[in-house]
Amino acid sequence: MYSLRRFASKHSKAYEVVYKFVEPPILASLTWLNKVAGDRFDKPITWMEKHTKGALFDCQMCGNCVLSKTGMTCPMNCPKTIRNGPCGGVRANGNCEVKPEMKCVWVEAWGGASKMRNPQEIELVQFAVDRSHQGSSAWIRLAKERDKEKQDRKQAAIAEDVS
Amino acid sequence: MNKPIDNHDNEHHPYVDNPGSPLPPKEGHVSQGRFERVLRDGHFAVTSEIAPPDSVDADEVYRRAALFDGAVDAINATDGSGANCHMSSVAVCALLSHIGYSPILQISCRDKNRIAIQGDILGAAAMGVCNVLALTGDDVSSGDHPEAKPVFDLDSVSLLTTIKTMREESRFLSGRKLDLAPKVFAGSSINPFVPPIESRVLQLRKKVEAGAEFIQSQYCFDMDILKSMMKRAVDMGLTEKAFILPGVGTLASAKTAKWLRSNVPGVHIPDSIVKRLEGAEKQKAEGQKICVELMQQVKEIEGVSGVHVMAYRQEEFVTEMVDASGVLDGRKAWAPTGWVDTART
Repeated sequence: MYSLRRFASKHSKAYEVVYKFVEPPILASLTWLNKVAGDRFDKPITWMEKHTKGALFDCQMCGNCVLSKTGMTCPMNCPKTIRNGPCGGVRANGNCEVKPEMKCVWVEAWGGASKMRNPQEIELVQFAVDRSHQGSSAWIRLAKERDKEKQDRKQAAIAEDVS
Repeated sequence: MNKPIDNHDNEHHPYVDNPGSPLPPKEGHVSQGRFERVLRDGHFAVTSEIAPPDSVDADEVYRRAALFDGAVDAINATDGSGANCHMSSVAVCALLSHIGYSPILQISCRDKNRIAIQGDILGAAAMGVCNVLALTGDDVSSGDHPEAKPVFDLDSVSLLTTIKTMREESRFLSGRKLDLAPKVFAGSSINPFVPPIESRVLQLRKKVEAGAEFIQSQYCFDMDILKSMMKRAVDMGLTEKAFILPGVGTLASAKTAKWLRSNVPGVHIPDSIVKRLEGAEKQKAEGQKICVELMQQVKEIEGVSGVHVMAYRQEEFVTEMVDASGVLDGRKAWAPTGWVDTART
């Protein structure tokens, strides 16, 4: 898994292209599924997300996914779970202070981000994770948020038309 | 001297009566502390740090702080540095603030979650603490309690956001209102000397954007790296928004230097420094000489506002070294002269 995860950071650009391609259909199907079936499929979807992202990125299911902003590198693999890394303890060879045999997650992240279309995304301040989302699906949450934004925009447009 | 500190009303406690009282509020200043004032007045500031004692002896805290009298504008109180247990930084800072020192409260995210940290910020500010340094912290595995549970609920940048939220919006992260916001000067640390070196200045910018008003750095023994980072920081306008105080240190011997760089992650000491120590007759004195030279070199760099002197187990030489460097330009840092131990006399 560690090698797959490092592969993702190294080939962040290719992963970004794939992500841009598959994200809309995944979110659209989740939105549709949520409308017709409610939360009945949340468990299998979460299971699927856990195993896909787990295999590809060593995803820890924090439920606050920022992969696309951190060079396709999951920051939850940092022993300090830093969201705005790296810390000051990185070894001269770029390895982790806590796990000397592991490449620093954030060295990988900055490297990955530099290859992506929006390399500045990693420079945005990320507030600490909402720990109550641990173990839940970031996909479902994102789908719901996007849908709500869409509905809100619709409402606003209607309100504007009426006035 | 033992009057309570009242943040609400400075009028009753002008600092001639009680050096621990907050200074009168000043336009453009976020805190009512001496450290921010020194920096905003344009002076080159010197900070140092004390290791909190393994003891309940408050006098020991005062004795350690007094070693810096006249040479240091603010004293960092480390928060379980190296993940080793000591007296809490909140307590050390409260003791020091009470007699007028301007301590910097180091908060490490390793040991406390956001509930405890916000409580500490309020408590510390209530006891007169005016400066907070946000740190992620060393992992528990490097300290004397490796079996402890690491918390890391926040990281240093999230902690800066938290401080700014409490101070500027007068609320907890939850949204619940504060009756009186903590007016603390917020800082954080950087380490420009370890990978990814190219991105370190961007991370500095992130910290400044999150609310860092001053920055202290890890040991700087490599001037070239520091200079190139500072140049980029100046170009990005970061030195207009935050005061940058690079860290310098004393090395007791070449052996210490080698031990530090191979055992303490994040410490970068070039071979040239180790060789210079090895070649010296009196290595300890040479280490101090190097420290003095580093202070002088740091002061010459554009955009630098001060220097942070780390002299672990050589604290008694800090005053001497600062004097020898001349970085204060003859200025005497404030110190509570004539302090009396009222409980014992």
